[in-house]
Amino acid sequence: GAPRRGAARCRAAAAVKEPAASGSSSALSREKAADLYKDMLLGRGFEDMCAQMYYRGKMFGFVHLYNGQEAVSSGVIRALREDDFVCSTYRDHVHALSKGVPADNVMAELFGKATGICRGQGGSMHMFSEPHNMLGGFAFIGEGIPVATGAAFQTAYRRRVLGDEAADQVTCAFFGDGTCNNGAFYECLNMASLYKLPIIFCVENNLWAIGMDHRRATAPSMGDSKPHIWKKGEPFGMPGKLVDGMDVEAVHAAANEAIARARAGEGPTLLEFETYRFRGHSLADPDELRKPEEKELFAKRDPLPAFKKKLLARGVYTEEELKAMEKEVEAVVEASVEFADASPRPQENQLLENVFADPRGFGIGEDGRYLYERNM
Amino acid sequence: PAAAAPVRARRGPAPARAGKEILLWEALREATDEEMERDPTVLVMGEDVGHYGGSYKVTYDLYKKFGEMRLLDTPIAENGFLGMGVGAAMTGLRPIVEGMNMGFLLLAFNQISNNCGMLHYTSGGQYKVPMVVRGPGGVGRQLGAEHSQRLESYFQSIPGVQLVACSTPRNAKALLKAAIRSDNPVIFFEHVLLYNVKGEVGGADEVQCLERAEVVRPGTDISIFTYSRMRYVVQQAVQTLVEKGYDPEVIDLVSLKPFDLETISQSIKKTHKVLIVEECMRTGGIGSSLSAIINEKYMEDLDCEVVRLSSQDVPTSYAYELEAATIVQADQVVDAVDKMCTGQKVAVGAF
Repeated sequence: GAPRRGAARCRAAAAVKEPAASGSSSALSREKAADLYKDMLLGRGFEDMCAQMYYRGKMFGFVHLYNGQEAVSSGVIRALREDDFVCSTYRDHVHALSKGVPADNVMAELFGKATGICRGQGGSMHMFSEPHNMLGGFAFIGEGIPVATGAAFQTAYRRRVLGDEAADQVTCAFFGDGTCNNGAFYECLNMASLYKLPIIFCVENNLWAIGMDHRRATAPSMGDSKPHIWKKGEPFGMPGKLVDGMDVEAVHAAANEAIARARAGEGPTLLEFETYRFRGHSLADPDELRKPEEKELFAKRDPLPAFKKKLLARGVYTEEELKAMEKEVEAVVEASVEFADASPRPQENQLLENVFADPRGFGIGEDGRYLYERNM
Repeated sequence: PAAAAPVRARRGPAPARAGKEILLWEALREATDEEMERDPTVLVMGEDVGHYGGSYKVTYDLYKKFGEMRLLDTPIAENGFLGMGVGAAMTGLRPIVEGMNMGFLLLAFNQISNNCGMLHYTSGGQYKVPMVVRGPGGVGRQLGAEHSQRLESYFQSIPGVQLVACSTPRNAKALLKAAIRSDNPVIFFEHVLLYNVKGEVGGADEVQCLERAEVVRPGTDISIFTYSRMRYVVQQAVQTLVEKGYDPEVIDLVSLKPFDLETISQSIKKTHKVLIVEECMRTGGIGSSLSAIINEKYMEDLDCEVVRLSSQDVPTSYAYELEAATIVQADQVVDAVDKMCTGQKVAVGAF
């Protein structure tokens, strides 16, 4: 059955499960297991490649890598439909990939090329893809949460005002532990609950906000010795759950439950995923404050080898089959670099094209014609 | 128990009548009503827009017709609900977000700047934000500094937004309709003291161009560029100026961003003198941008430097005399025109 609220942590290795034919709704199908594994491989491989490319001078600025947190992106986003929405932060490459945005176009965006998912205009922190319902990529923490709330509101509006019974899309908002002290977080928890919106607040608690330890930034609730973000759900009228974010199956199960709730019109859920980033906050972060012992502890819980081990132990896939998946994903990552390298740079005539959806916004010139018509 | 003192009922909108004159708030309400009927994806979000009908009655009783989700009474959370409007706009709705006072939207500056303004660009053109952000601003009657702000100057640098200021019932209705239909984010400025201005309005199909200025009074001696409530201050001054034998041209900018360069340049070519009368502060106001553009583009057409009459760079006092000294008064406009048309320098600013 579904894990009980507050008791969702499962550190012990899962008991050996029967293969998918068991019919249990919480068991992973063979296909889904492969999907999750490949997605995590893609997330890890892509981010490792980003680090290489950054140090080779192919990408610039602020790049925030996701290594270590793959189970959250894969576990949650691979439980969504294509028409569901994802809204992220600056640590968004892997969310975009999990949502189906082609690695080619994500890498091209990072290289600042015209074939990038945002034509090179967004960069690492602003991965948007309308066909994939990837609502971004935001640089300021917390500023994406209201946007996600708005997407969920739109779904509820379609259903309740426009009478569209097929309007059952779910929105997932991803953000970190530091964001949970920001006003926007609380304003949106309240509104999501008030308007009973189909949204899942996914907190990726990796314990650190750049150099700020979560335990130094967040006061515990009365009676607690340390802060618990998941406990903030109930005061705002929604269930809050703590999930082992290093275990893709636990993430997937919790996500499925919250998604079903939202889709059935029962409202929002707050999920706190315990996770860890293996690299610094960004490629510019010297990462000197985190203790080696803490890093060691989480390295041992690396979601990729952990899941691989389970799949082998349960006989879901053989070593050869898993290696084949690893090779397949490697090829995708390599190809994305080739694509990005070969892609054209933006031309200067691209500069003004997307300032306005309606270019009449540039105004009227001395000759009485709209200024944008001069470029035609 | 003693009977409660009778509460003065708020008067609802005047019944519809052909050729009638209505108040500016009624004009905004008509625009909202008509556009919500025309397009079911249009909705209003804000504090007290539903049951209360809007603090300036712009959405009076509309919730009874359209329901509580389309006239969404939000909690007091500007940053949150403005961003919620952005997300709704990105995914297919056309929200009108009301700031109960425009000043309150300072709490939502992040959303207005980064998301309303820039998101279409940052997403490489994938997501549009067809929102209207509207509300009352400007200097009222002794409302104190925080309720007397002119946010048009704070917002004007944000790339990707249009700024429009209404001033009459006719342009209020027609501009709001156009703003709602626009695919761009439009910040729509109303003035606290203009809601009871009376005038005729157009029908359901009258939509006014968002990028055009209005020629209020054609003239030959001097171009006076103004907007919002200062239009009326200028018109008051014009009465005196006409008696003195002057023939000023008065242009209501309406579109604060972008500027209507055709109307502006044609006026300057005719009069060769420019006076800007605004309620923004001297520093960084709409007038400072306009002045710079006129300098750059139309220097050959000018007989003298552009003169700006702006509010003083001070927080608006509560005390009557200090508030009056902060903003531009009609006699200052008369004095400026007088001096400019007789080749004298106009003293402006505090020092």
